Amino acid sequence: MSDVWIQLVLLADSTLRLATPLVFCALAGMFTERAGVVDIGLEGKMLGSAFAAAAVASVTGSAWAGLAAAIVFSCMLAMVHGFACITHRGDQVVSGVALNIMVAGLGPTLADAWFHQAGRINVTGPSARFTPIELPLTETIGQVPILGTLYVELLSGHNILVYLAALALPLSAWVLYRTRFGLRIRAVGENPSAVDTAGISVEALRYRALLVTGALCGFAGAYLSIAQNAGFQRDMSAGKGYLALAALIFGKWRPVPAVLGCLLFAFADAAQARLQGVAVPGIGQIPTQLIQAIPYLLTILLLAGFVGRAIAPRAIGQPYVKER
Amino acid sequence: MAGDPGRIEPAGARPPAIELRGIDKRFGAVHANRNVSLIVPAGTIHGIIGENGAGKSTLMNIIYGYYHADAGTILVDGQPITIRSPQDSIRAGIGMVHQHFMLVEPFTVLENVLLGAEGGVTLEEGAAKARETLQALERDYALEVDLDARIENLPVGVQQRVEILKALFRGARTLILDEPTGVLTPQEADHLFRILRNLKEQGRTVVLITHKLREIMAVTDNVSVMRQGEMVAHRVTAQTSREELAELMVGRKVLLRVEKAPARPGAPVLEVEDLRVTDDLGVERVKGVSFTVRAGEIVGIAGVAGNGQSQLLEALAGIRRPRAGRVTVKGVPVIDPAQARRHGLAHVPEDRLRMGLVRGFVAYENAILGYHVDKDYVDERGFLRFGNIVDTCKRWMAGYDVRPQAPQLQATSFSGGNQQKLVLAREMEHDPDLLLVGQPTRGVDIGAIEFIHRRLIAMRDAGKAVLLVSVELDEILSLSDRILVMFDGHFTGELSAAEADERKIGLLMAGVTAEAA
Amino acid sequence: MRGKLPVWVNVGLLPLLNLSLAFLVSGLIVVLLGENPLEAVRLLVYGAFGYGEALGYTLYYATNFIFTGLAVAIAFHAGLFNIGGEGQAMLGGLGVGLVGIFLGHWPWPISIPLAILAAMAFGGMWGLIPGWLQAVRGSHTVITTIMLNFVAGALMTYLMVNVLIKPGQASPESVTFAESVWLPQLGPLLGLGRSPFNAATIVALLACVAVWLFVWKTRLGYELRVVGKSEPAAVYGGISPRRQIIIAMTLSGALAGMMALNEILGAQHRLILGFTAGYGFVGIAVALMGRNHPVGIVLAALLFGALYQGGSELAFDMPAINRDMVVVIQGLVILFCGALEHMLRGPLEALFARRTEAVGQAQAQTA
Repeated sequence: MSDVWIQLVLLADSTLRLATPLVFCALAGMFTERAGVVDIGLEGKMLGSAFAAAAVASVTGSAWAGLAAAIVFSCMLAMVHGFACITHRGDQVVSGVALNIMVAGLGPTLADAWFHQAGRINVTGPSARFTPIELPLTETIGQVPILGTLYVELLSGHNILVYLAALALPLSAWVLYRTRFGLRIRAVGENPSAVDTAGISVEALRYRALLVTGALCGFAGAYLSIAQNAGFQRDMSAGKGYLALAALIFGKWRPVPAVLGCLLFAFADAAQARLQGVAVPGIGQIPTQLIQAIPYLLTILLLAGFVGRAIAPRAIGQPYVKER
Repeated sequence: MAGDPGRIEPAGARPPAIELRGIDKRFGAVHANRNVSLIVPAGTIHGIIGENGAGKSTLMNIIYGYYHADAGTILVDGQPITIRSPQDSIRAGIGMVHQHFMLVEPFTVLENVLLGAEGGVTLEEGAAKARETLQALERDYALEVDLDARIENLPVGVQQRVEILKALFRGARTLILDEPTGVLTPQEADHLFRILRNLKEQGRTVVLITHKLREIMAVTDNVSVMRQGEMVAHRVTAQTSREELAELMVGRKVLLRVEKAPARPGAPVLEVEDLRVTDDLGVERVKGVSFTVRAGEIVGIAGVAGNGQSQLLEALAGIRRPRAGRVTVKGVPVIDPAQARRHGLAHVPEDRLRMGLVRGFVAYENAILGYHVDKDYVDERGFLRFGNIVDTCKRWMAGYDVRPQAPQLQATSFSGGNQQKLVLAREMEHDPDLLLVGQPTRGVDIGAIEFIHRRLIAMRDAGKAVLLVSVELDEILSLSDRILVMFDGHFTGELSAAEADERKIGLLMAGVTAEAA
Repeated sequence: MRGKLPVWVNVGLLPLLNLSLAFLVSGLIVVLLGENPLEAVRLLVYGAFGYGEALGYTLYYATNFIFTGLAVAIAFHAGLFNIGGEGQAMLGGLGVGLVGIFLGHWPWPISIPLAILAAMAFGGMWGLIPGWLQAVRGSHTVITTIMLNFVAGALMTYLMVNVLIKPGQASPESVTFAESVWLPQLGPLLGLGRSPFNAATIVALLACVAVWLFVWKTRLGYELRVVGKSEPAAVYGGISPRRQIIIAMTLSGALAGMMALNEILGAQHRLILGFTAGYGFVGIAVALMGRNHPVGIVLAALLFGALYQGGSELAFDMPAINRDMVVVIQGLVILFCGALEHMLRGPLEALFARRTEAVGQAQAQTA
C-alpha cells in the first residue's frame, strides 16, 4: 500500500517537474494569442532563453543573472516577432517558424564558438543553478503518515522556478481577467478596431503582450538549462514549446484549463519514463514511443473536435489594418 | 468648389462645436477629401449627406482621429486642436458611433463601456463608479440597456445604444453618428431620432451622416452636402427640399424612379416551398417561407439587413443547405451552386469582394468563376483555354462599359461600380433563366447604378425571372414588380408595385403585419 | 496594395533585397564569431561550386529542397501552411524503404516506379490526414502538421527500433537494398565525382514542370487557387473547398514524401532514422524565397543546396563556425523573405509611385 502510494507521489512529483516549463510557456503564449497574435515561436523563445541562461550563468556563476539574461533574450526574440507581425504586418506563423529555426541554429553556433564544447554549455557550481529548496518542517511533517510523504516528496524539494510556475497561474489569471491590461488584451484579440477607436494603440498593446510572453518564456528556458539540467545542449527544448502551444489550445486559451493541459501532458511524459520496459498486465509492453506521441495525438483529436471544441480569439492571426 | 460656409449662422454666443478648414486626405490614388471646410454650430443636429463614396465617413474619421488629414485645421469649440488619435478627440469631447459597431462581442455592455476608460489599473475600481454613471445616463437619455448582458446576445438596435452610451460615458459633447439607420427599421430609426433630439435639448451637438434624404429632413437643423470628396453646399434644413438636396448630391437632376414598361409575367421559374435556413451558428434565420418568381418579372425582397435575406439568398443559390423545404428552378431542385448554374440559375452575390470576385485574381480569371467548367473555357484534358477566356472577358468589358478595359488587371484595382459590372456581365451573359441579385448597387457610383438598374429591367423584359434582395428601399420600389417584405425570417407581407409605398413597407419591415395594422 | 510594383521589382529586386538583408545579418553573426565574413563567403562558394564533387553535393542537397519547397508551395496556393514536410518526408521514406527492403530484388523497371509511388502514397497519406482534418473537422493545418511531425518521429523510431532493424545490429538501420533498385548515380556521368548526385534530381525537375502545369494551366489548379484566395468565393463558384484542401494537402505530402527518393533510394540505399534532417523545414524557406513558383523554387533550392554543402566545408575550414550556422541563415531567410516581406515593399512602392508620377508630369508638361 504505502509502496504504491510512494510510487504515485513520485509520479506526481516528476509530473510537476516536467510541467514547469510547459506551464510558463503556455501562460506566455496565452498573452500573445489572446492579444490576437499567433505564437508558434514559443519553442524558439524557450530554447533561446535556455541558451542565454546557461551562457550567462556559467560565466557569472549566478543563476539569477542567468534568469535575467534568459528573460532579456526571450523578450528580444519576442520583439523581432512583433517587428515582423505588428509593425510590418507579416505572416505570424511564418515569423514564428523563422525564429524557431534561427534560434535552433544560433544556440549551438554561439555555444560552439564561445565555449568550445561541441555546441554544449556546462553549468556547474552551486550558485550557478537553481537548486532544490527544502520547505520548513520537513522533518516533523514527514513523520505524519501518507500526508507527510505528500509534503516531503511532492511539495518540498523543488527549485524556486517550480514554485514560481505555480504562482504564475493565479497571477496570470488575475492579470487577464481583473486588470485594465487584461481587459485590453482580451479586447484586442477579439476586435482590434474597438480598441483602436477607444483611443488605445493596438500596436503598443500587442507589443506589451509580447513582452509578457517573452518574460514568461525566459523563465521556461532558464528552467531547462539551469534548473532541470546542468547546461545547454542543442535542441534541448525538444518540442516542449509546441507541446505548451498544444496545451494552450487544449485549454481553449484560458489559464486554468491550459495549465491542466500542461499537467496532463507532463503526466504522460512522467508515466512514459516509468513504463519503459514494464509489461502492463493483459496488454504487454506499451511502446514508449506511443506514450510520447499521446500529447500530440490528443491535441489533434481536440482540434478535430472529437474532444470538445477550441474556439480561438476572433482576431487571431490577422494583422491589424484600419478599415476603409 | 466649396460652398459658402457662412450661410449657416452660429447659434447664439457659443463658438461652433466643430469647425474644419481645408481638410485634405488621399488614400493612394483616391482623393477622398478635397479642401473640405465645415462649421457645425453648437447645440444643433447637423446632417452630412452624400452618396456612397462621397467622402463623408473619411471626413468624420478624421475628426475622430481614426485617420489623419494630409492638410487642414480642426477647431473644437473655437480652439484649433491637433488630433493624432481617437484619444485626442475623446479628450476634446468628441464621440463617434461607427457604421460597423466597435464593440467586443463576447464582452458585457459594462466591459465594453469600460474599455479605454477603465478608471484604474484593476477593473474593480472603475466598474462600480461606471455603473452609477451609466445608470444616470440611461435615465437622462432613455437609453435602457442591461449592463451585464453580452453584446453578442443583444439586438443591433440595443448595440447601437451601447455605442451612444460609450460615447456619453467618455464625456462626449459632440456625437458623430455614421449611417446609424442602415441596420434599423424606419420605426427604430424614429426612436433613435428621439434620442438625438433629446441630446440636443441637453445642449449636446449631433453630427448625423447619412445618404438618406428622409432622415435629413426628419431630424437635422442644418445640412452639408458632399460630392466626390468635396463639400458642395450648406443649407438650413427648413429652407431646402429633397429635390434640391438630391440634385446637389448627384450634381445634376436625378430621376428617382426608373422608367419601365409593365411586367408580363410568364410561367413560374423559381418555386420555393416552406424553406427553413439556419446560419453558421445554427440559429434559424429563414423560418418557413414560400414564394414563386415568374419569368418576366422582378420580385423584390425588402427588409432591414439581418432579417434572414442573406441566408435566404444563399440557400436559393445552393450555397447554404436549407434545414427544410424545397427550392426548384424550372422544376429542378437546387442542390449545389455548380448544379444550380447548369440548370439556368445565375447569382450576383450581396458581397462581391467576399464572394463574387476572388481578391488577388485578375479580371479574366474572375470572369469564369463558377463557369470555369464550361467547355468554352476548358478543354477535354482539363487545361484552361486562356485565349477564349481573355477574349470573352474583353468582349464583356466593352459591352458592360467596364473601365479600364483591361482583362489582365487585378480585379480589386477596379472601382466598386466596375467590379459589379464585371460580375453582372458574367452572370447575365451565360443566358440564365433566373437571376438572383443581392444588393446590386452597394458601394457603386451613381452612373453605374443607373446602368445596373437598366440592365436588370432589360433582363426582365427579355423574359427572365429576377429576384432582387436589397436593403435600399428606393431601389426595391423603383425596380420591383412585386415586393415581399422580410422580417425575422418571415414574409410579413406582399405588395404589388402599384400599392407599395415607403410607409407601408416600413411598417412591414418592422414586423407589423397587414392584419395588425 | 499589391500589383503596384513592376514585375521585375516584385519577382526579382524585392526577393534579392530581402535575401541580401538576411545575408547581411548572417555576416554580422560571423563577425560576432570572430571570423571574416568575406573569407567565409569565399570558402563557402568554393565549397559549394569549386570542384566537381562539391557541385554534385550541392545539386544533391538542392534536390531535397526542390521536393520540400514544392510541397510547401502547392499547399500555399490552396491557402494552407504545411509545416509537416518533415513528417511527410519520413513517411515517404518508410514507403520507399518497404519497397526497397521487400521488393528491391525485383527488376528495376518495376521496383523503382513502385518505390516512387510508395514515396508519394505514404507521404501523401501523411498530408491527407491534416488535410482531411482541416476540410472536414476544421482543425488548422499549422498546428496539426506540427503535431504530426512528432507523431511521425515516434512512429519511425518505433518501427526502426523494433521492426525494420537489420537483425543483429545495434543502430537502427534496415538492411541495404538490392542494387537494382538504387537510383542511378549521375555524378560520374557528368564529371561531378563521387557525390551522391543521382537520378532523383531529374524526377524533381519533372515534378517542377508538373506542378507548374497543374497550378496555373489546369481547371483543377484554378479551383485550388480560388480556394486559396477565398473560400466563400469558391463555394459561390461551385468549387468544394473541402475537396481542394484534401487534394492540396495530399499532393503536398506526396511531394514532400518524394524527398526520400533522393535520400533513401539515391544515396543511403537503406532506411535510416533521421534522414530528413530538417529538410522539410528548409522547404518553407525555399518556397517563401521562390515566391511559391517552381522556377523560383529551383533557384532557391540551389542556393540552399550551396549553403548546406558549402557550409559543411566552411565548418571544416573555419573552426569558429559550425554547420548550425546554415540553420541560422535559413531562419533569417524565412524571416526576411517571409515574415518581413512587407518591410521593403512599402518604401519601394512609394519610390516607384513617385517615379511614375514624375514621369507622368514630365509627359504632361511636354504635351
